[in-house]
Amino acid sequence: MQVQSQEAKPRRPWRRADDRRLIAGVAAGIAARTGVDVRFVRTAFVLAALASGFGIAAYVLAWLFLPASGGRGNIINKALNDRQGITFASGLATLLVALLVVASFLGAGWLGSLAWPLVISAAGVVLLLRNAPADEQEILRRLVDPLLGFAGQTSVARTAVRVSVAAVLLGAGLAVLISGHARSALLQPLIGVTLVIIAIVVVLGPWWLRITRDLIMERQARIRAEERADMASRVHDSVLQTLALIQRYAGEPQQVIRLARAQERELRSWLFDGRPPGSLDDTGTTVVAGVRLIQREVEAQHGINVEVVTVGDCELDEDLKALLAAGREATVNAAKWSGVEVVSLFAEVEASQVSLFVRDRGRGFDPQTVPADRRGLAESIHTRMTRRGGSATVISAPGEGTEVHLMMPRAAGVNQPVPA
Amino acid sequence: MSAVHGANLPRVVIVDDHSLFRAGVRSELGNQVDVVGEADDVEHAIATIASCDPDVVLLDVHLPGGGGQAVVTALRSTHPNVRVLALSASDAPEDVIAVIRAGARGYVTKTISGPDLVDAVHRVAEGEAVFSPRLAGFVLDAFAALPQTEQTEPMFDAELDQLTRREREVLRFIARGFTYKEIARELFISGKTVESHVSSVLRKLQMSTRHQLTRWATERRLT
Repeated sequence: MQVQSQEAKPRRPWRRADDRRLIAGVAAGIAARTGVDVRFVRTAFVLAALASGFGIAAYVLAWLFLPASGGRGNIINKALNDRQGITFASGLATLLVALLVVASFLGAGWLGSLAWPLVISAAGVVLLLRNAPADEQEILRRLVDPLLGFAGQTSVARTAVRVSVAAVLLGAGLAVLISGHARSALLQPLIGVTLVIIAIVVVLGPWWLRITRDLIMERQARIRAEERADMASRVHDSVLQTLALIQRYAGEPQQVIRLARAQERELRSWLFDGRPPGSLDDTGTTVVAGVRLIQREVEAQHGINVEVVTVGDCELDEDLKALLAAGREATVNAAKWSGVEVVSLFAEVEASQVSLFVRDRGRGFDPQTVPADRRGLAESIHTRMTRRGGSATVISAPGEGTEVHLMMPRAAGVNQPVPA
Repeated sequence: MSAVHGANLPRVVIVDDHSLFRAGVRSELGNQVDVVGEADDVEHAIATIASCDPDVVLLDVHLPGGGGQAVVTALRSTHPNVRVLALSASDAPEDVIAVIRAGARGYVTKTISGPDLVDAVHRVAEGEAVFSPRLAGFVLDAFAALPQTEQTEPMFDAELDQLTRREREVLRFIARGFTYKEIARELFISGKTVESHVSSVLRKLQMSTRHQLTRWATERRLT
């Protein structure tokens, strides 16, 4: 009826009152034109909107057709030139009509009473959104955004949209379910159930997704924090301690080098082998781990550099432990007697045997004229090896360094090399 | 071992992201080589090498911007005559093997002594392959990763995917810390023969398409 009222006799022109507006100033304008209290007009609009939906449609149309006070033309004139907008609006209207037709076929005929206001409002809003002046577009957008849902800026708005959409679907679903009893068509309960499910998903889905995402992120953050704490404590136990020691021993280069070397070794085995510092206990289970243990211990105790090269790896058994013990003795021997800073340790695990070479480029000796204590060591190595079926060979000459070659056959049945 | 100190010192570019390390290497190399340039990442390295055209590039394996591997790969097409000696502080064999497979002529650890480094640079400049004990270990490991099922005994000559018994022997000596000269003496062969064995191993390492090498590297990375 407000549409018709535009054609009323222009005692005072029909204008939307910009200055007293809540939304677009339609109600205020009408109040000004008719002399009715503005609150009364607004209440009438709201009631009309709630009752049939026509209140909204009428408001939208009035917004379109009434020029704003202050001389600007009405929006519909502009909108008529907006072909794209008109196409869009009519497309949306058609879609809505189609939906409503489907709904009425499904027995939700009562939706029809909402239908036309809905169609008119939707099309009108589209035209307004495209053609209204910027400030009015802003107002409209604030109002419509929650309805359009996912374009909404705040999560509150989005939730509101979801809830209302879900409520409509839920209502429709329940309606179909209820009317379905009367008709006893098999399809209808199904549709009803589907709608209800969709409603639940619409309401709870995003919430559930967010909860899941939050949980995952929270867990990741916790893991990161734990890793950082673990890293910090490990760095403290190893690197920082060593640095402190280095500062204390600043005057003793030998000591500093030894500390730096031990620390370097530890860091390497942490970074590249994933073996945390300080976890010596569980390292004695394979040949490579055993060799590295020898390296660390001898380096720490004798302040020399032990260069380790390993090929292959396997689990330790008693024989191989004996091999490593002999190898350790040979390494310590070289550290003590060779007079050089570097001892090479080469371990190779083959299918049939494990070899260990301990070599230095030190002063060497003539095996014929060995000091008694050194011969004793060599013999003890030799005895250890031969007792278990292995062999030990010492090659040395004065000035040419020494090499001890230890070999232990591998027991049958465990000849499966473990992957390095 | 014999470093040839001719009138023409090898021209060297040092590529490492740590300026301290570059300075250290530069001073260790002293006047034994001609350091013509330095670079600290992949991009600079390629540009520097292009402008300096050195004989040898001392290349850090773990270089920002793609790793040493990227530099070697880029050089292979544009500067096939530039020889690369890889350096690394890391014990991660897969990275080292990757650089070698990309085309580097050798690998030494960063803890190498000054004289040894000079020697290695000269040897690489002369076209030799330089294997540190550690690289020898890696290579033995890589080729031994799979049990030699098909071939039981030494008939794998001309087989890219398999080291000969002699090559294996030479590698083992290198891994034990022997110099080429010492190996030659041990095996009663000439130094040149040792070199040719090592070069042959390098070639196999680079040419072998054997997926086992890749798989080996992958397994190393995973564990």
